[in-house]
Amino acid sequence: MAEVLFIEGGRVIDPASGTDGVRTVVVRDGKVAEVAARLERPRDARAIDARGKWVTPGFIDLHVHLREPGQEYKETIATGARAAVAGGFTAVCAMPNTKPVNDNASVTELVLARAAAAGLARVYPVGAISKGSNGEELAEYGELLASGCVALSDDGRPVLSAALMRRALEYARAFGLPLTVHEEELQLVGKGVMHEGAASTRLGLKGIPGAAEDVMVLRDIALVELTGGRLHVAHVSTKGAVRAIRDAKARGLPVTGEVTPHHLALTDEDVAASGYSTDYKMNPPLRSAEDVRACREGLADGTLDAIATDHAPHSAVEKDVEFDAAANGITGLETAFPVCLDLVRAGALSERRLVEALTSGPARAFGLAGGTLAAGVPADVAVLDPVAEWTVDPARMYSKSRNTPWKGRRLTGRCLITIVGGRIVHEEGRTER
Amino acid sequence: MIGRHKHCISLAEYSREEILEVLDLAVSMKEVLQRPIKKVPSLRGKSVVNLFFEASTRTRSSFEIAAKVLSADALNWTASASSVTKGETLVDTARNLEAMRPDVLVIRHSAGGAPRLVAEHVGCSVVSAGDGAHEHPSQGLLDCFTLREKLGTLEGKTIAIVGDISHSRVARSDLHAMTKLGARVRLCGPPTMIPAGIEALGATVRTQLREAVEGADAVVMLRIQHERIGDPLIPGTREYSKLWGLNAKKAAEWLRPECVILHPGPINRGVELSPEVADGPQSVILDQVQNGVAVRMAILYLLAGGNPADAGEAKA
Ligand SMILES: [Zn+2]
Ligand SMILES: [Zn+2]
Repeated sequence: MAEVLFIEGGRVIDPASGTDGVRTVVVRDGKVAEVAARLERPRDARAIDARGKWVTPGFIDLHVHLREPGQEYKETIATGARAAVAGGFTAVCAMPNTKPVNDNASVTELVLARAAAAGLARVYPVGAISKGSNGEELAEYGELLASGCVALSDDGRPVLSAALMRRALEYARAFGLPLTVHEEELQLVGKGVMHEGAASTRLGLKGIPGAAEDVMVLRDIALVELTGGRLHVAHVSTKGAVRAIRDAKARGLPVTGEVTPHHLALTDEDVAASGYSTDYKMNPPLRSAEDVRACREGLADGTLDAIATDHAPHSAVEKDVEFDAAANGITGLETAFPVCLDLVRAGALSERRLVEALTSGPARAFGLAGGTLAAGVPADVAVLDPVAEWTVDPARMYSKSRNTPWKGRRLTGRCLITIVGGRIVHEEGRTER
Repeated sequence: MIGRHKHCISLAEYSREEILEVLDLAVSMKEVLQRPIKKVPSLRGKSVVNLFFEASTRTRSSFEIAAKVLSADALNWTASASSVTKGETLVDTARNLEAMRPDVLVIRHSAGGAPRLVAEHVGCSVVSAGDGAHEHPSQGLLDCFTLREKLGTLEGKTIAIVGDISHSRVARSDLHAMTKLGARVRLCGPPTMIPAGIEALGATVRTQLREAVEGADAVVMLRIQHERIGDPLIPGTREYSKLWGLNAKKAAEWLRPECVILHPGPINRGVELSPEVADGPQSVILDQVQNGVAVRMAILYLLAGGNPADAGEAKA
């Protein structure tokens, strides 16, 4: 039986219940028992002094790559879940592009078993849209749902066939599963390795035009209109995609979207400034300042529902090579909160909206439990220090991989305590790295 | 050292003064090349390794001759597919070569940024001999050297660069160096060969050849590299040569008589340039070849830390 926790004196920000103010959060029997301004602490309770801190629902990440099964040298479910709770995430959705691909119950069950053994963050498996994510045949959505998948995705690649995408959206309707889509038109992408613009021209690297994303988002919105299926656009990075999702929502279509901290914070000029550092190579690529502005606006006005990290660990084998040859992706779980908090300081985002996009926004998009501190829900809580400064030292991070563009940078904002189901799973300073 | 730089990888990061430092030294290096005995001891005991991942006899030979004239040991390490197919990474290769303790590593690679990656893993100076569509700094410098020879200065001059700007590392290095030396640069080619945002580098863009070359003091005609064009950027070379190639008639009608014509070579005769123009009085293409050796001597000399006393000898 878990102990009773009294999280006292912190600023509770819970957009789902409209709470923002100094409250005490009581956790009992693994659940949020009470959130109130003035409470008497019983003698058996453990007090957590949260004065000057934020107390929020645990963050939910709709998009991570845990690499297990198949590429455990990059990350395992245990190390990924450890990185998650260190970043304030109490639940993560694990993309199916593992080896083998999660397109059947046995892989889903393995993911859930490893996650349970790790006992850290909740791990929600995402099943494949097509068998082997090959884009040819539909995967068995009934089996995936029954074994515990919460969404479907062929992430890592787009669903090239519009006809298959149509059938996937139609078929998934029977199971209420959203399709989370990686949008890029591969012929427009060609051999591109970064955003097409002045920076790619200067660096002499092949560019990927923003339109490569836009045309696929527009295609899939048209297919949502045709089928009534639920579409979630992964890692939105362009002005055009934000506009398309905004229009779709205005027309009442079941379309949601997510954006990563790096697409909100960095531009293609940062790739140039880094001197071809492969820690700045990801897909979709870092876009123009104009695209970044549009993504920030889309997040602020609710067009984009969630901040998702697209945590993509890679080893030096994939990254210590020519930019053209390097793997796409960066780690993100441990830096998401401070990076996004910078947007608040820059006036691009309200504090409430930031917390919403990390908690109830993603919960709603995928229909997941959590994302709130309402009494009676499982106690998934983050205690955050919004002013703590720290320097990103990849050697001291929990992820197995070190591919982060924030390497050596000073960030402000840190997760101090993470609670999952009423149990403290991360306490800053308590665990040796 | 060239100015603040240990390497010669990108002219974008060179200042006007740093570019002039190389060009001024190249003047005395060219004098050495005109002597009956073309050998000075400036870099005796130093070694230069040419590491070429892409075939280029011209550039490689030019660096090799430059090293030999300065009495450096030159080693050509042709990284044919062999080491690459063995799974050895570029970083491994660089580290292995580093064990041979070269003073300068000259590298040509098909990936933009490859020389920088190598530079991060070796202790010696790195010279880019062309990386992907990024830069070809020694070519940019030799083009500027040739223009200074022919025009006196680049200050206030107008230079047209014509061809596949998208894939051209020469165009980028030329543009950086020429604008820093005070020239106005017009880029020209079919819109499919003009990369996004190139104006941000300080050039104007024309799609009509006539508008680009009229009134210009120099025209750089780029090689159309079929082998590097992944997608169909032009319908074919026939239309290209009609619209963007220079023949004697266009040259006579559109070019100022004193306008000089450059080409990084090798020429696709009849595509970018008709033979009469390539071999005509306005062409300085052969000067470029000789100047290339002088400029590369200057680069190697500066980076390998030649003996100042020997430099005096070279200048004498
Ligand atoms: Zn993706
Ligand atoms: Zn992903």
